[in-house]
Amino acid sequence: MKIETVAVIGAGVMGSGIAAQIANAGKKVLLLDIVPDGAKNRNIIAESAIEKLLKLKPAALMHKRNAKNISAGNLEDNLSDLANIDWIIEVIIERLDLKQALYKKIDAVRKPDSIVSSNTSTLPLADLTADLSESLTNNFLITHFFNPPRYMRLLEIVQGPDTRQETVDTLANFCDYELGKGVVKCNDTPGFIANRIGTYWIQTAMLEAMRLDLSVEEADAISGRPMGIPNTGIFGLMDLVGIDIMPHVLNSMIHSLPKTDAFHQQAVIPELVKKMIDDGYTGRKGKGGFYRINKSRGNKVKESINLKSGEYATSQKANLASLTPSVAKDLRQLVCFDDKGGQFAWSVLSKTLSYSAGLVPEIGDNIEAIDRAMKLGYNWKYGPFELIDKLGVDWFIEKLEADKQTIAPILAAAKGKSFYRFDNQQRQCLNLAGEYQDIRHEEGVLLLSDIKQRQKPIQANASASLWDIGDGVVCLEFHSKMNAIDPDILTMVATAIGIIPGQYKALVLYNEADNYSVGANIGLALFAANVAAWPQIEAMVKSGQDTYKALKRAPFPVVGAPSGMALGGGCESLLHCDAIQAHSESYIGLVEVGVGLIPAWGGTKETLNRWMTNPTRPKGPMPAISKAFELISTATVSTSAAEAKEYLFISPSDGITMNRDRLLFDAKNKALSLVVDYKPAEVVELSLPGATARTALNLAVTSFIQSGKATAYDGVIAEQLAIVLSGGETDISDVHSEEDILQLERNAFMHLIKQDSTLDRIQQMLETGKPLRN
Amino acid sequence: MAIFKAPIEDIKYLDNEFLDKSELSDIAEFAEMTPDLTDAIFEEAAKISESLLFPLNRTGDEQGCTLANGGVSTPEGFKDAYLEMTEAGWGNLTCKPEHGGQGLPHYVANAVDEMIVSSNMSFSIYLGLTIGAYNAIERFATDELKNKFLPNMVSGKWSGTMCLTEPHSGTDLGLIRTKAIPQDNGSYLISGSKIFISAGEHDLSENIIHLVLARTPDSPAGIKGISLFLVPKINVADDGSLGTSNAVVCSAIEHKMGIRASATCALEFENSNGYLIGDLNKGMKAMFIMMNSARIHVGIQGVAVAHASYCGAVDYAKERLQGRALTGTKHPDKTADPLIVHPDIRRMLLTMKAYTEGARAFSTWLSFQLDVSQHSTDENKRQQADELVSLLTPVFKAFLTDIGETVTSLGMQVYGGHGYIRENGMEQYLRDARICQIYEGANGIQALDLVGRKLPDHMGRNLRRFFHPLSDFITQHSDDKQMSPFINPLAKSFSRLQNATLMIAQKGLSNPDEAAAAASDYLKLFGLVAIGFMWAKIADNIIHNNGQLSDEFYDAKLKTGLFYMQRLLPQTGSLLSSIMSGSDNIMSLNESQF
Repeated sequence: MKIETVAVIGAGVMGSGIAAQIANAGKKVLLLDIVPDGAKNRNIIAESAIEKLLKLKPAALMHKRNAKNISAGNLEDNLSDLANIDWIIEVIIERLDLKQALYKKIDAVRKPDSIVSSNTSTLPLADLTADLSESLTNNFLITHFFNPPRYMRLLEIVQGPDTRQETVDTLANFCDYELGKGVVKCNDTPGFIANRIGTYWIQTAMLEAMRLDLSVEEADAISGRPMGIPNTGIFGLMDLVGIDIMPHVLNSMIHSLPKTDAFHQQAVIPELVKKMIDDGYTGRKGKGGFYRINKSRGNKVKESINLKSGEYATSQKANLASLTPSVAKDLRQLVCFDDKGGQFAWSVLSKTLSYSAGLVPEIGDNIEAIDRAMKLGYNWKYGPFELIDKLGVDWFIEKLEADKQTIAPILAAAKGKSFYRFDNQQRQCLNLAGEYQDIRHEEGVLLLSDIKQRQKPIQANASASLWDIGDGVVCLEFHSKMNAIDPDILTMVATAIGIIPGQYKALVLYNEADNYSVGANIGLALFAANVAAWPQIEAMVKSGQDTYKALKRAPFPVVGAPSGMALGGGCESLLHCDAIQAHSESYIGLVEVGVGLIPAWGGTKETLNRWMTNPTRPKGPMPAISKAFELISTATVSTSAAEAKEYLFISPSDGITMNRDRLLFDAKNKALSLVVDYKPAEVVELSLPGATARTALNLAVTSFIQSGKATAYDGVIAEQLAIVLSGGETDISDVHSEEDILQLERNAFMHLIKQDSTLDRIQQMLETGKPLRN
Repeated sequence: MAIFKAPIEDIKYLDNEFLDKSELSDIAEFAEMTPDLTDAIFEEAAKISESLLFPLNRTGDEQGCTLANGGVSTPEGFKDAYLEMTEAGWGNLTCKPEHGGQGLPHYVANAVDEMIVSSNMSFSIYLGLTIGAYNAIERFATDELKNKFLPNMVSGKWSGTMCLTEPHSGTDLGLIRTKAIPQDNGSYLISGSKIFISAGEHDLSENIIHLVLARTPDSPAGIKGISLFLVPKINVADDGSLGTSNAVVCSAIEHKMGIRASATCALEFENSNGYLIGDLNKGMKAMFIMMNSARIHVGIQGVAVAHASYCGAVDYAKERLQGRALTGTKHPDKTADPLIVHPDIRRMLLTMKAYTEGARAFSTWLSFQLDVSQHSTDENKRQQADELVSLLTPVFKAFLTDIGETVTSLGMQVYGGHGYIRENGMEQYLRDARICQIYEGANGIQALDLVGRKLPDHMGRNLRRFFHPLSDFITQHSDDKQMSPFINPLAKSFSRLQNATLMIAQKGLSNPDEAAAAASDYLKLFGLVAIGFMWAKIADNIIHNNGQLSDEFYDAKLKTGLFYMQRLLPQTGSLLSSIMSGSDNIMSLNESQF
């Protein structure tokens, strides 16, 4: 069967978040909750949940119109509507009696083959299904989403002994393709995989930090490192998640885990934390947590709590010898380092890894699935077994033995080996029998990280590489710092254009970093501007224009496949592609004005061109010019791929992939679909109105400045942008070639880069990551 | 014996005609600095340099200082000269009037400073150290300490020192061991050994106020645990009267290559009373803030001694008769032509003159920027000037002291064997100038400061303060035919400097060895361009303005400037090649292969 209609029962934070993601997938979803006592509006709970969704930051909805996919209802009037629903998700309060009662009601109306799942994180499936009809038991599972459902990629699925395999497969497929989740199948054990290990890790780190007398900052600087999440750390994470959540989670774990489980040793809530919760210090959602922002003295001061005294004081950067980069970057060195940072690292890591290893096969028999769950659910860069490999299995065992710690059977079985290996370029992991088995991806999953293990790049330099991804398609991967576009990347684009014709068929721009590209490397430009190297800067601009123009004119299809941020020069690379296959979580925009510049690698021209040639635009050039002006002058960034279509950063015909892991496969297919009879984009000619349009645009900006919405310098930038978009010194009877507009882009860019205010903006962006409004 | 004449005409030209002082013309103290007033100051300073200090220069060098019974005796005549100088107020030109100083701008005071140093560098050190100590106390000490110590330091009754170096701790001050133990009354007891302390002990003033870097018990290790203390040689009672000795003992004085009349002392502090200056553990911050002016002062020493050597060399080249001009006899009435007819002698003299005068213009201009950074009413301008000064300070210190060495060495060369013997005084200049490349941060350290700190600071923002005005200057004059002999070579060298800067910024980010290996050559390249900029500004000033000085003076300036542009500035080409060659040729040899 196919899932077309979904119902979510329980319109709390999780329920409405899940409903939003289903709506994001373009599916109709019914959101139900109870009728409050005496309520006039019987749908009030679900309706206000949808209202909240529309305001939520970060947004749960990929596009505001997706809210229309959600219809609100209540469990009394709309219960019978469940008869038409393919998948019913229960997301109500964690009480077995209430859940069981609800399932009975559902069972009474549901159609026979519909799927029912619970989003419980604490109750065993066996208890949930204890009293259900056979038909329901056969179609019942646990689907455990992580908060927030749109952004957290892990979905844990637990099936019972009676659950039909087809039900599991149908649901797993739906969640994978349509909701973009990384589905991990788990055993029916408390906390499943991610929370079992994750909460143990958090508790251990918190208690060990207190025992070893580390400051909050020191613990965070160390604790995040081995897991590859150095920016948050343990206390930062607890502030984010909510400190008051912890006692609930621990409580349910304590009650359901056998007394012999090592979890009990770490399941202590310190007095300090109890007091914090009582006083409302529950984290970011409350008055603050282990960190807080103190605004009482007029400015914002980041403070942290003293773990002994409970007093807040100005946050002090961690300063431990073990944090010296040469030590901290090497996991073995870090855990052996003789200071409290090193002791803390070893203590937390050894306990967490030992505990994880000890849970096999209880929580799951596939170590790769366990690693994946931790990576997707807790944002670890490496899973526990990958971390043991990094330490070395034998080395880890020896060190545990020296500490007189027990060795988990799976660890003992791995002695002399590693948990993962490459055999003939195929990645393999150890199974319970101590044998290696291939790690196979689902159909339609193509990962550059795998390809990179198997083969050498066609070409590579410090910032970019070309990979043969099969069937004649070449992938251009950026790998500079933050994937900032620099001369090396431009060179690689030119290289690709040179080698593809004849040997290959198509090009895909894709990488697997968090962000496709944050923009051009303005650090280089700032240095060059500071030393007044104007000819060099103009050459850099020209070289970007020439390269992107060549990309657009290349005699083969080029498909851009962004995920995460594609800003500034990164966005401009996409604007020159024939087609886009975007990950749904793509944040695309031309943000140059934030650093006092305008898009000058053809981005202004392409945006204008897209709006001018937009078939639905009203008559005359002015609406298109105004739209491009608005998008660029306000540095509009889409909050999703769906929104990027609205701005024409990607075209209505471009594709969107919900699951990150399927993006390259889809992009490759898109490229191949364009190969037959491929013709490069036609040369553009535009008629622009000149001074009249410019005056109109400047008038608008002036009113923004007067009302305080824009600064005077915003006005200077907008004026330059207006010159480009209006065609410079011209009138409507002139026809502008692309070259003409590129020349205008260059002139405007060179004018702006010479201004102190622009350089101040660039500097602040590079130094603080935040824009300067000067 | 080499003669000495203060560069009074050049100084007047630079202050009255060359320097654009409009930036501070809205401030009363600066508006008061009319040519009438400053010319009088300069003329008086020239006189005292020529007649009082210069005659003591060689005798001071011959006699040196002597240590006996813990006391240091300065050479004959020094004490009388010190009294005369301090009574006339030559020691406190930049000190604030509220403490009894003259409150003169840096650009005026530094010109006077050059003349004093030029006539007798050793003597000038006794005055200079007091100013260094004054600056630190004035900026960071409590009012109580200021009131107690500053008036007598400003009057010259008491002198000052800076006690940084210890036997094992020179460039790396994080290693300092001198201890400061807190006392109940808020003071400290200071114990430890300091070396290389200029003016650490002498017979010129009745008390000596030492500023001592030391660490308190439990202070953080390294540079972050160092504090600054005021330690008087003789304890001072609350009423200002002198009390008991404060257990500061001069255990030795150094026997040095040059500046022999300046007492360089080893000092022992043994439970000496000390008073904290500034915040605890923030001693280095205080030191860093003082460094700009101290390093500029050392750069001026480089020009000053270079000038003294040039005076001697020109005089000798005109008087000494040897050989005949290659193109035919110039002085048939004499037994031979004077040295100055020979191209190679002229090459040396012009090199000396072009470097020295260019450096003096640089000094005047930078000193004024220092004034802007401290006194402008526009906060933005203060900050921009501060960024400019902080960028150029290492260039100024290192490049001008290198010029000091080059020029004094050429001065000796002009004299031939008569320069190498002591009696003409030319070798003393070389010996005196040599220390300037070493102290107050060795020149290699200056180069590292430039590429490692000043250049990357705020992604190169300091650079903007120098590169943008220079770029604008070149653009403004690009169509000016009269200026093209200056602008074309300047533009060429400027683009070399730009390229070198970008290369260092790019490569140095990923590999600090790349930046460090290029540092000294880069600083030289920078210095050459900076002085080239000064010469082009001088040319612009002379070509486009009608000055009050003689045509001969202006003509000489333009010709000297052309010599600089054509003969000295092109060194930037070879420096760029060296810089671009990368660090491999420096780092690849194993330690064992040296």
